[in-house]
Amino acid sequence: MIPPSYFIVLSLILFVLGIVVFFVKRDLITMFMAVEVMLNAANLTFIALAKASANLSGQVIVFFVITVAAAEAAVGLAIIMLVFRQRNSVLVEEMRSMKG
Amino acid sequence: MGVVIFFLLSLLSVGSVLAMIFIKNQAYNALLLVLAFVSLGGLFGLLDAPFVAAVQILIYAGAIMVLFLFVIMMINLKHGLAAEKKKHAFIIGIVLAAFLLLELFLAWKRAFSSIERPTKEALGGPAGLGRLLFTDYLYAFEITSILIIAALVGSIVLGKKKGRE
Repeated sequence: MIPPSYFIVLSLILFVLGIVVFFVKRDLITMFMAVEVMLNAANLTFIALAKASANLSGQVIVFFVITVAAAEAAVGLAIIMLVFRQRNSVLVEEMRSMKG
Repeated sequence: MGVVIFFLLSLLSVGSVLAMIFIKNQAYNALLLVLAFVSLGGLFGLLDAPFVAAVQILIYAGAIMVLFLFVIMMINLKHGLAAEKKKHAFIIGIVLAAFLLLELFLAWKRAFSSIERPTKEALGGPAGLGRLLFTDYLYAFEITSILIIAALVGSIVLGKKKGRE
């Protein structure tokens, strides 16, 4: 039997690694992937605590998080495509002006 | 046995996210992320959540990452990314992340010392989850479907090429 704190420590490490990737990388796509890593780390905490408290609601929340992440990925990638079409680049340094 | 699987899967997920920091190619990054998501799905299965594990692998490792790969192929950066110009951003990012790790670790130390008793009863079959989803969380479920329709329409409108009607 694995104690739930192992899972919580793992999700903590994954969350911080997601933040590191978000800050270190400079292209929009990899930064967006880092956001997905952070969402998954949060999901892991939800499921670990759902098991620890013997409550199924945590798993339902994870289900909703996954569906919302799918919608978010679709819209976010469409925006990235739009930015690439206008600027011909996906680097964050090239995006300094607010007007398209 | 469970502990061995846990450490194997967590090593796989943490290692593939770590490798994302050092590999520049976006397509490789996406494939590494697929590996991380699959091993996280295995961890979900280890936590008595087989349905969520299946959804994780189908939707995350399948649908979302295929979408990422399609966009990477459409963008097609031939020349690759330029060398890092700002080294200090890298260092500041690492330092801030280390502080956050410390903070979260302290919070975990304080808050979660009381739940060290794993429960014995199994939970999380698809039947129980579905019953909960269609009774207590019915409104959230319906609102999520509206959200997905909105995202569908929004991404089609955003992705459409202008001026070719």
